[in-house]
Amino acid sequence: MATKKANGASGSKTVKVSCRNVWKVYGEAPAQFFSAGSGSVGDADAHAAKIRDTGHIVAAANVSFDVHVGEIFVIMGLSGSGKSTMVRCLSRLVEPTAGEILLDGEDLLKKSPTELIDIRRHKMGMVFQSFGLLPHLNVFDNIAFPLKLQGMGLSERRERASRVIELVGLEGREASYPRQLSGGQQQRVGIARSLAVEPELWFLDEPFSALDPLIRRQMQDEFLRIQNQLQKSIVFITHDFLEALRIADRMAIMRDGAVVQIGTPADLIMNPADDYVKEFTGDVPIARVLTASTVVDKTKKATARMPRVSADTSVETLLPQLADHKTGIAVENASGKVIGVATAQNVVNALASEAAKRPDAEEASA
Amino acid sequence: MERIDRTTWIWIGLLAATLLMLALRDKAGWLIVYPTDWVVPLKGMLNTAMAWFEATFGFIFRGISAVLDVPLKAVQVLLQWLPWPVTIALCAVAAHAAAGWRLVIFTVAAMFYMVLVGYWTESMNTLSLVAISVPLAIFIGFVTGVAGYYFPRSERLIVTVLDLLQTVPAFAYLIPIIMLFGFGPVVGLIASLIYAFPPMVRNTMLGLRSVPAEVIESGLMSGATGWQLFWQVQIPTAARQLLLGANQTTMAALSMVIIASIIGGTADIGWEVISKVRKAEFGESLLAGIVIALMAMVMDRITAGLALKDRSDFEQSTSFTDRYWYWLVAAALAIGLFLAAQVFPLFRSFPEGWEFYPAEAMNEALEGFVLAFRGVIESVKSFAFFFIMLPARIGLEQTISPYSWGFEFTTPLKIAYLVLVAGLAAWAWVRGSVNLALTIAFFGILFFFGLTKLPWPALLAMVTFLAWCVGGRGLAIGVALSMAFILVTGIWPQAMLSVYLCGLAVVISFGFGALLGIAGAHSDRVSAILRPINDTMQTMPLFVILIPFVMIFKIGEFTALLAIIAYAFVPAIRYTEHGLRNLPADVIEAATCMGCTKWQLLWQVKLPLALPVIMLGLNQTILYGIAMLVIAALVGTNGLGQQVYIGLGDGDFGVGIIAGIGMAIIAMVADRLIQAWSKSRQEAFGLTAQQ
Repeated sequence: MATKKANGASGSKTVKVSCRNVWKVYGEAPAQFFSAGSGSVGDADAHAAKIRDTGHIVAAANVSFDVHVGEIFVIMGLSGSGKSTMVRCLSRLVEPTAGEILLDGEDLLKKSPTELIDIRRHKMGMVFQSFGLLPHLNVFDNIAFPLKLQGMGLSERRERASRVIELVGLEGREASYPRQLSGGQQQRVGIARSLAVEPELWFLDEPFSALDPLIRRQMQDEFLRIQNQLQKSIVFITHDFLEALRIADRMAIMRDGAVVQIGTPADLIMNPADDYVKEFTGDVPIARVLTASTVVDKTKKATARMPRVSADTSVETLLPQLADHKTGIAVENASGKVIGVATAQNVVNALASEAAKRPDAEEASA
Repeated sequence: MERIDRTTWIWIGLLAATLLMLALRDKAGWLIVYPTDWVVPLKGMLNTAMAWFEATFGFIFRGISAVLDVPLKAVQVLLQWLPWPVTIALCAVAAHAAAGWRLVIFTVAAMFYMVLVGYWTESMNTLSLVAISVPLAIFIGFVTGVAGYYFPRSERLIVTVLDLLQTVPAFAYLIPIIMLFGFGPVVGLIASLIYAFPPMVRNTMLGLRSVPAEVIESGLMSGATGWQLFWQVQIPTAARQLLLGANQTTMAALSMVIIASIIGGTADIGWEVISKVRKAEFGESLLAGIVIALMAMVMDRITAGLALKDRSDFEQSTSFTDRYWYWLVAAALAIGLFLAAQVFPLFRSFPEGWEFYPAEAMNEALEGFVLAFRGVIESVKSFAFFFIMLPARIGLEQTISPYSWGFEFTTPLKIAYLVLVAGLAAWAWVRGSVNLALTIAFFGILFFFGLTKLPWPALLAMVTFLAWCVGGRGLAIGVALSMAFILVTGIWPQAMLSVYLCGLAVVISFGFGALLGIAGAHSDRVSAILRPINDTMQTMPLFVILIPFVMIFKIGEFTALLAIIAYAFVPAIRYTEHGLRNLPADVIEAATCMGCTKWQLLWQVKLPLALPVIMLGLNQTILYGIAMLVIAALVGTNGLGQQVYIGLGDGDFGVGIIAGIGMAIIAMVADRLIQAWSKSRQEAFGLTAQQ
């Protein structure tokens, strides 16, 4: 099984795309609330409330985050929280009302329509919730569509498209039409199409939400496998916290257009910023989030007979090994140096203390 | 008994006022007949305005007419010059491309019929009009639709104009077209353009609007320019809707070409039918009518086949022969048959001696049939006339006589009628349905005095108040003004005749159609039988529907009534079946679980829930009825339809256009009243009706 953990360190620290105080306001005259398109306002919450009072709709309020090169950045939130608006602002399918978006350090919002088309043709790819396939084109033509728009010749198109077709495992279905495919296969076409132009920045807008749970899980694995191979910079939108957890290097939780918290999945679970975040993290099996590094006893010495695992292995995957090795398991860091030993007792202790922090646990003890 | 609310009091007041006016009718005749002195001389004004307009801008229209005449003549000459096997072969190739071998057989058989009965020349004249008008109408419709899609502000204007173009009877705008564009086939072409482009506009806007947002976004993210997005993403995605629009436009163009042939000078198949119907030559008119019906069916099947075709076989192959297979076959067939025609004169022109034209025999057979069943036919006709039509038109008061009913309408009988109506109304009132009681009282008055003899102030007030009840003040004002137009232009009596005939036909065809629709919704077999009948009736050109009824019942109002019913019952069936078949499944299941019997389920659950959709069907029934009313005027009615003909015959723009607008007003008032009512019901149910 491919997991994101195999991906090792969560990308470099070079920023690929950066949002600075981005606002999107819908209504009659949204520009009036911002001077010269600047999104920096004193108190963002108060400003958003003020805008809402005038009958305008605030879809994104003062959103700022960075996406690093090679990283999977997940934006999570319930429907209407502004996550889809944000990914559309990043691709300029929606024009932000105020704020800045920097792509490779250049202001994306200042690009002319022609430059924007050029950026979309070469730097960006996007996958849609309902696939957005063209009903009149077969699988091959759908996937090669962006290449055809660029005016690429047939033989090069064939070559490029067949590469991504192979990547998503659609060989043999090239001549099928979208309506002849299952949902999972249609989304593979969507993924292949978005990758055909070999983008640097990959947007996925709830790509697996329309699929049933078993297929969804399978597609997540596929996605992680592809990402391991390609190392794109990714913005991934989902409303499913468990999905975010599986794939995110870092994630942002949004509510009412604003970012509530940004961090690694473990950060969010260990230190939720507020009750809203806690609501989501409450459902997560703790063993899946806790890693070997959080349960390791650094005072113990590892023996040579102990099996060795990396520090970011989840406790969930550790459990069967612990059952076999009563004395414990050696934990090593990214550079392969043993940092300590994890025993069954360590795990039990960690699980117990985490469980006590949960909202429902508090209710039960009250 | 519950307290009587204000609305009910007003209704009672209106009914009482009606009776009072009827009591005063001998003293104040103006209550029944709107005085001529009060008529606004709009006709004259319109004619003056038209004369001025024609004198000033006429050259533009005559220019357009001259320009359009060139391609029209060219196509006409081409189609007449081509040997008939070539034309048939080309159509057969198109049929194969659209829907396979079965349609090829049908197409060839249908077109060979045109050759066989000797109507080939006339058919090709009709076809050449259609061949020019359809591409033009599609182009105009497409461009207008795209404009409507990109400029939402213009959309309202476009939709209003389309509504008007489609509700004003086609005949009515033939008049200004003749005046502006002159006579000749080009008039038919222009009329058919105007009549046929609206469906393309609607379908273009609908198609473009229903392209999913994500598909557009995916096009944008693929780096499409505006032009690429439009032609490579939006148009192909909307293709099916656009092609359905093209299909509807083709059918509308054909039907208008046929209608326009009434002005003559076209030597086409429509003229053949009309002139034969007028001369009461039934065999001839039927043989020509079949040509039109076949032509309509072939065109419909081919264009619909192309629209609904699965395109998966296409575009797969890149080899030249595979891609252009149809064109190659068509070219080979055309050249081969053309050369054959040079050798065999039979292919050049079909020998007259071989033609099969059994009109005489048909006339004789019909005569025999009519003679044999004269008793039955006459009694059906006089029963309908004396017991249904006349009471609705002039009231029992004047209908009942020893000649018609076999006895006098004496005072005791009148009292008995009064007691009956009052009794029924009182019974409904006691049962708690006040609306039913009021309805009974109204129809009691209507049938006693007759619709055309009711005082106009009362009708005006009642319809206006009805509009206020179902749609509020705005609707009431609109309805009152529209009816006032009919009144002050002096066409009220003709309008009432139209309302009477059309209303009667609508009631009958709606009742009949709704029953069939209910049967169709509950039995797949019935539905399978009804569907081809519905399809055929809808593609059948209006004139053709007249023929069988004229054959048997001769010219007259009863024939017109039957023809309207035959045309208007289709939407009633369709909408009833659709409404009943598309109810929320969980509601039906819930009701079944509660122990509803089949009939309870139908009456208490399904029909009330499906009512909004069924009402849309009633709406369509009325619109169809009014459309047919104009055509039916050909066989002898005295309503607005006849006025339109008079205008057309005399070249009197004012008379024709006012009558045309009058019919449009009747259609629109009925439409708005039903829509408003249906909408309020839907909101109450939290349902939305699908078109």
